[in-house]
Amino acid sequence: MSDDSLQIFAEEAEDLLGVAEQALLNLDNLGNDAETLNGINGLFRTFHTIKGAAGLFGLNTIVDFTHVVESVLGDVRKGTLPVDEELVSLFLLSRDHLESLVSDALGGAGSLSGELQATDSQLIGKLNRYLGILPTEEEAPVQISGDTAQTAKENVDGVANENWHISLRFGPSAFRNGMDPSSFVGYLKKIGELKSVTLIDDAIPLWSDFDPENCYLGFEIELIALNTNKDELEDVFEFVKDDCKISILPPHSHISEYIKMIEALPEEDLRIGDILVACGALTSLEKDNMLNTQDGFCDGIIAGGHDFKVPQLGKIAVEEHVVEQEVVDAAIKKQSNLKQQRVSAQQTIRVNALKLESLVNLVGELVIGSANSELYARRLADADLNEAMENLLRLVEEVRDTALGLRMVQIGETFNRYKRVVREVSRDTGKDIELHISGAETELDKTLIERIGDPLMHLVRNAIDHGIESPEVRAERGKPAKGLVRLDAFHDSGSIVIQITDDGGGLSKEKIRNKALEKGLVQEGQNLSDQEIYRLIFEAGFSTAESVSNLSGRGVGMDVVRQNIESLRGQVEIESEEGKGSTISIRLPLTLAIIDGFQVRVGEAQYILPLDMVDECIELNESLRGGDDNSNYINLRGEILPYMYLNDVFKAENDAETNAKDEVDDRHRDNIVVVQFAGKKAGFVVDELLGEHQTVIKPLGKIFQNLKGISGATILGSGEVAMIVDIPEIVKRVINSGQKQFVSSNAIH
Amino acid sequence: MVIVMQQVDKSNKNDEMLSDDVEQYLTFMLGGKVYGLEILNIKEIIEYGDVTDVPMTPDFISGVINLRGSVVPVIDMSQRFSGKPTEHTKRTSIIIIEVKNDDLIIEVGVTVDMVNEVLDIHPGEIEPAPSLGSQIQTNFIRGMAKVEGKLLILLNIEDVLSVDELSQIGSIQTAAK
Repeated sequence: MSDDSLQIFAEEAEDLLGVAEQALLNLDNLGNDAETLNGINGLFRTFHTIKGAAGLFGLNTIVDFTHVVESVLGDVRKGTLPVDEELVSLFLLSRDHLESLVSDALGGAGSLSGELQATDSQLIGKLNRYLGILPTEEEAPVQISGDTAQTAKENVDGVANENWHISLRFGPSAFRNGMDPSSFVGYLKKIGELKSVTLIDDAIPLWSDFDPENCYLGFEIELIALNTNKDELEDVFEFVKDDCKISILPPHSHISEYIKMIEALPEEDLRIGDILVACGALTSLEKDNMLNTQDGFCDGIIAGGHDFKVPQLGKIAVEEHVVEQEVVDAAIKKQSNLKQQRVSAQQTIRVNALKLESLVNLVGELVIGSANSELYARRLADADLNEAMENLLRLVEEVRDTALGLRMVQIGETFNRYKRVVREVSRDTGKDIELHISGAETELDKTLIERIGDPLMHLVRNAIDHGIESPEVRAERGKPAKGLVRLDAFHDSGSIVIQITDDGGGLSKEKIRNKALEKGLVQEGQNLSDQEIYRLIFEAGFSTAESVSNLSGRGVGMDVVRQNIESLRGQVEIESEEGKGSTISIRLPLTLAIIDGFQVRVGEAQYILPLDMVDECIELNESLRGGDDNSNYINLRGEILPYMYLNDVFKAENDAETNAKDEVDDRHRDNIVVVQFAGKKAGFVVDELLGEHQTVIKPLGKIFQNLKGISGATILGSGEVAMIVDIPEIVKRVINSGQKQFVSSNAIH
Repeated sequence: MVIVMQQVDKSNKNDEMLSDDVEQYLTFMLGGKVYGLEILNIKEIIEYGDVTDVPMTPDFISGVINLRGSVVPVIDMSQRFSGKPTEHTKRTSIIIIEVKNDDLIIEVGVTVDMVNEVLDIHPGEIEPAPSLGSQIQTNFIRGMAKVEGKLLILLNIEDVLSVDELSQIGSIQTAAK
């Protein structure tokens, strides 16, 4: 099959495996039997769907492997195999392995690599051990005896056929839907032995009406399969059941079932009867009997007149003991599930990420273009034109928001991945840990979510490995034995904050400081704030863990975490109390593409400040400055606000002289833009406030990748380029210099 | 450089070269000297103007321009070669060059005093760069060519506009603080 459909299979499989993972993790927490059963059923279905789809693609390794998993799950479902943690772990491993198999299949490799092969056989071995305890042979007789019991009850009407009879009529669109009838037949071979397959080609029309893209084929199949049930066989045809006529008759079916089937088929009854006899489904005596009964049945309907109600199909089946009540229930449930799936399928569309990206880029250009038009429209001072322009701008803004919204995904899915991590790490470390998730519905740009996954994973592992103490220590400290790790996400002034909180031992300032001294990261006697101490753990090669575990402690990672977060224009902060636990907050911008900007002029150049971070603008006058010309802070309604001339920050190295001149000339007309970031406030002195500007962030490119203080560029309506100020970076600088100033002025007094 | 040498060797052996082997070079003036750039790397030439300064960068980075919606850095060649800024006249131009970096093609603009012409230069006419006596770093020079009695310096654009080297700017600046 084509690569495209294989790709779709892979995507589907990925989704399904995600579902399976959740279901498996849920199994851990379920005490209630009904719920466990539900979960197992769900799992079974999921694996089965994967198996079915893989079968269609002829991916035999996946089919074979899934089959084993499914068998074990089948035992669990029947209640013959209890679920324990070990089994769940094995299923999780199997799930992972399937994931590798799927990506392997996507890669197009014909045979498995040595490593995969080894895992494959190892897992199959382990799974078979579960099956070995309760060999499949045992289960088969049970099934059969059930059937024979039924048959015994209605021996009179049951047919002598000991095989499953499957009657298939493919819909005309089967080929167009990418279905290959022969692959279904091929797949049946995996379930049992095909006794006979009769091709029904009656539907092929006159050649003049023949459409080569239509499927006109049908099959009558006799299947010898002891160890199966109707449910499983129906599942084989799950993908075609909507537009195909399928009847599956168990061994020793009631004759009326055959009648119903024959009536449903488009071919002549007699011809079908003959075919059935030919393929051994019925004896010719049975056939004759049946055709007679059928006549009687029809007469009955006619005699019943108008008030005769055709009983519900399912009911008949149950009444006649052909279908177990359970099967009907399952079918009904499946139908309702399918319905739900269809509803949600209408709500989401898979879109190629590249298309989406080009849309967002185009919208970016549109925003720039409309800003440009607005500039000219204003110049013309035509009232009508300006009004039309206003409307257009508003719409463009909406288009922008919607386009960006398309990229937004809920973070919940990412969070859920960590359940698995927590489970594994807590098992490896022998700690009992609960993961609390809140704010899973918080939305975030897809690119951000993808790139924040690994750093988050690292932090979660760290929280468990280093944060949470061993149960003994916890008991000593009077904490509940079960450790708690929280993942929270929420919006805060234009950024999204993700917090990882643990109620473990917290960070030991003393330990960090000593380690830093040892590594030469700080000097003896250097005065460090708590934040500065905590930040040390993000330095390269820093690890205070006394023992290196296989999870963490090697000191690689935290600096990578910080780098990753900073490359997303994010910030990371730590709060911690020794003995009580720590909170690591990651602050990320909502999106990487477009921001609302605040435009200012500094000297000749125009700059953009992200509007979300701008708090207020005030005029810088003598009274605010308190007459002290050298101080770097003002009194803002009783608060100390450190400030800085943006010009100084940017020009300090290059032209100190012109700078000095500017200061004397311009100070009295200066404005302060008060910005705040992560609870810190600072002021930037600028020459002119130019107002809001929709800013499409243009990356500055590789050449400027190491430039601090500028986060990107944008193109103004006039076509000029303006720099976007990296407020967090500058705030850090302003605050540092403000503190130094503060400390030194204190020292003088 | 090795490649150039090989090319030179080869061309000496086969004196009769086919005309398609001729390479085309764009020549331009910079501080009174004539330089040449292989034309394949050149995307376009635009008039100098509207360069936005990027703060906290060394002098040889003039800034960035808006090239039909994308932001393109501009390097002052004169500043990079000799430490003297380009004097902006009517004829000052920006040559937009495509530089390869890790499979990515990056557009970079360079300011030059004046653009002259496109010359056909036979590989056999190119001589290796002198190891001494050049005013600019020798690794910037790909070779020398004599055209109509004048000496032409052919630039090795990968080194002149080495993205890896240029991108060190920011870190050096911060480290200096």
